[in-house]
Amino acid sequence: MLQSATIIGEGIALETHIKTGFINMTKQARWTGVPRLAALAVLTLLCTSAEAAYEVNFQQPATQVAQEVYDLHMWMMGICAIIFVAVFSVMFYSVIRHRKSSGGARANFHENTRVEILWTAIPFLILIAISWPVTKTLLAMRDSSSADITIKVTGYQWKWGYDYLNGEGEGIKFMSVLSTPEDQLAGKAPKGSLYLLEVDNHLVVPVGKKIRILTTSNDVIHGWYVPALGVQQDAIPGFIRDTWFRADREGVFRGQCAQLCGKGHGYMPIVVEVLSAEKYAAWVAGQKQKMAAGAEDPNKVWQLADLMRHGQEVYVKNCAACHQLGGKGIPPVFPALDGSKVANGPKIAHIEIVLTGRPGTAMAAFGQQLSDSDVAAVITYERNSWSNKTGDAIQPSEIKAARR
Amino acid sequence: MEATAMGHADADAHGHGQQPTGLKRWLTTTNHKDIGTMYLWFSFVMFIVGGIMALLIRVELFQPGLQFLEPERYNEIVTLHGLIMVFGAIMPAFVGFANWMIPMQIGASDMAFGRLNNWSFWLLIPASLLLVTSLFVPGGAAGAGWTLYPPLSIQMGMGMDLTIFAVHILGISSILGSINIITTILNLRAPGMTMMKMPMFAWTWLITAFLIIAVMPVFAGAVTMLLTDRHFGTTFFSAGGGGDPVLFQHVFWFFGHPEVYIVILPGFGIISQVVPAFSRKQLFGYTSMVYATASIAILSFFVWGHHMFTSGMPVAGQLFYMYATMLIAVPTGVKVFNWIATMWRGALSFETPMLFALGFIFLFTMGGFSGLVLAMTAVDVQMHNTYYVVAHFHYTMVAGALFSAFAAVYYWLPKWTGHMYDETLGKIHFWLTMIFFNMTFFVQHFLGLAGMPRRIPDYALQFTDFNLISSIGAFGLGLSQLLFLYVVIVCIKGGPKAAAKPWEGAVGLEWDVPSPAPYHTWEIQPQVK
Repeated sequence: MLQSATIIGEGIALETHIKTGFINMTKQARWTGVPRLAALAVLTLLCTSAEAAYEVNFQQPATQVAQEVYDLHMWMMGICAIIFVAVFSVMFYSVIRHRKSSGGARANFHENTRVEILWTAIPFLILIAISWPVTKTLLAMRDSSSADITIKVTGYQWKWGYDYLNGEGEGIKFMSVLSTPEDQLAGKAPKGSLYLLEVDNHLVVPVGKKIRILTTSNDVIHGWYVPALGVQQDAIPGFIRDTWFRADREGVFRGQCAQLCGKGHGYMPIVVEVLSAEKYAAWVAGQKQKMAAGAEDPNKVWQLADLMRHGQEVYVKNCAACHQLGGKGIPPVFPALDGSKVANGPKIAHIEIVLTGRPGTAMAAFGQQLSDSDVAAVITYERNSWSNKTGDAIQPSEIKAARR
Repeated sequence: MEATAMGHADADAHGHGQQPTGLKRWLTTTNHKDIGTMYLWFSFVMFIVGGIMALLIRVELFQPGLQFLEPERYNEIVTLHGLIMVFGAIMPAFVGFANWMIPMQIGASDMAFGRLNNWSFWLLIPASLLLVTSLFVPGGAAGAGWTLYPPLSIQMGMGMDLTIFAVHILGISSILGSINIITTILNLRAPGMTMMKMPMFAWTWLITAFLIIAVMPVFAGAVTMLLTDRHFGTTFFSAGGGGDPVLFQHVFWFFGHPEVYIVILPGFGIISQVVPAFSRKQLFGYTSMVYATASIAILSFFVWGHHMFTSGMPVAGQLFYMYATMLIAVPTGVKVFNWIATMWRGALSFETPMLFALGFIFLFTMGGFSGLVLAMTAVDVQMHNTYYVVAHFHYTMVAGALFSAFAAVYYWLPKWTGHMYDETLGKIHFWLTMIFFNMTFFVQHFLGLAGMPRRIPDYALQFTDFNLISSIGAFGLGLSQLLFLYVVIVCIKGGPKAAAKPWEGAVGLEWDVPSPAPYHTWEIQPQVK
């Protein structure tokens, strides 16, 4: 339970924020007397009993949109609470006072047109009143114009890819894969506080800038969802959708894939790291340097040991989900690699499958996601692991040649 | 039921000759009471199967970590839990009530089409076998959620094809049943029973039957397109071929939203009969109740987009679906107010059917509120595909539809069996169900608010505590239903003799025939004033 306190909004005193969240509500919240009181009562009740572990409300908002959504929800809860209390106090009064056993006289009415018109019209008017603030927030949520930075988010089975298309950081691209250690997932080690919510490469953005997120997918529909930022958008293969956010404070915000996408649906989290302008600029410079340094030397000759070591990293991150750590796969859907014809047969066939995938199956075209040296390393690993002993050391240049 | 039906004292009077017995009787029966009984037993068996799947889900979610099920298996169980509960448990239960009660309530001797009725039931058996056995074929059952979205459902193995086939058969069964119900209600009412004198259960089923005929073929179309995309080279749902995955969502939810009203409207009809009976007072606003039911049914065709708010539709679409969805709250609210107005200044008693009816009104309204919150598109963006949605639809479908089904069983058991059930045990069943239901599902609202997505087999640590509570509640809820089975079986076998009208305030033609109801009733139609 103690661990949970550090999870959401890393570096932020969670409990304090939940308790003071209401007081810190922005002026955007348009409250009128009675609903505000009701919502206050509800929230106080909730807050005083809420420990970090027993989250009962939205995560602490980190954007104005998320704050408006938080406020709208409180507003709705207040209205629903009032209606609920009004309606069910009548029902419970009746349950207590209109019992046959109390002996009271039984009325005979069974219609009243005036009352019926009233309780049709009044709810209708309440709905109109509710819909206006929601409409305003929705229109703001859908206005992704004039963005400072545009990032393309691609959903894969089962990880995310980020491409900085426009604005500061343009050209940076990387994959973001779950980094919870295998032994925690298998229940062999105690779970860290960021269990299932940590990735190798965060999506890094500057604070206070409008970030436009374009979503798409490489295979099936995924959902890019970061609650604290107030964003959720389906990632649909073959189409581009968009959403946006402007973080109003620094911090780390975590979300998960929100559309069932197969067996790894629960294992592809999203981590957005919001930095100050200076730190972001430093990060961008660092990334660009890394990309330049890591830029493929097409003629580099790798030693077998290096290929195996790097290949195992790539295999664990990209292949083990389906083909399993032991290479046995889950036949018939995910073939075994240990002892397979492909892994022990001609190199070129093995390279082809990894680069271009197998249409009509779950085997993706990893050539689009991985660099030449990654592909070379992982194929080398597969051809020399378990009971496979081909002795082949595939070089990046062979992969480059095989790409068309 | 068996004792009376077997007796069949007036067989010779109608020249039936030898009535089949044993298996042949049940295979060939065209009697609405027999068929109703088969539907109800089938639905209970499916309820247990679907319930076991729910418990498998909750046992996996009891603690963080993957303990019992591989993720693919988990997805298969989640999918089958939904399909079996909706199509195998809830819908057949209400068809069972329709079969047993509508002819008796409208003064008709049977349903209009006896053989069609028999077929509608027996189709359910191969369909359910297809669904259950799909777990054991290579690749396992469909694991794309009951909503079967492509492209994920295109990737699945042959379990998906079995599911598609099962869905087709289930759809045919429902459509045939609905044709029967509409024809029966429109043509076979006793003389003097005008439409506006019909019991509410008949009205709600009449409207539901039209909904079924309108949308089941749409569902069939959607899954057929899945089938052809999977095997016959079409690309309805693939951008590469000029199609769009979101097309499936539109077609599916055009069926899917009316489907949830199909699931609840007969329940509304049951509550509209139980509450007046135990208030000893006429239903308040009968005419409005009819119009409200019809409005809900018509509006249900206009709101399917609220299941797709994050799919990328233009904001004008989001606004339209938001406003249209909010509108449905108005007639639904009218119904709740009318039920309470029926109780107001009545003479209430709280036998088990009334307890379930009150539980329904209380908890279904809560489900309605969470639905209204979800209708607010801006808020939905935070809650879509989280446990808030799971909480919402379990409040409406379990505390709603299932509770009304329990109310119906307790209400009509004396009529079916000729015995009174054990009232004390019935009340215990109610309270256990009430407490454990809320333990299971209320905390799921919080999980959704906190950001826990749906359909995940393992979760981050901040979701631990409420998942623990929910799982304990689920086991309590499941075990409590064994008490219900016990009460029903004991009642069938014996118990205090039930009068023709065991409930003082009950009104309707079904209470004018003996308990247990004879194998054939209303062979001479009554004259209704």
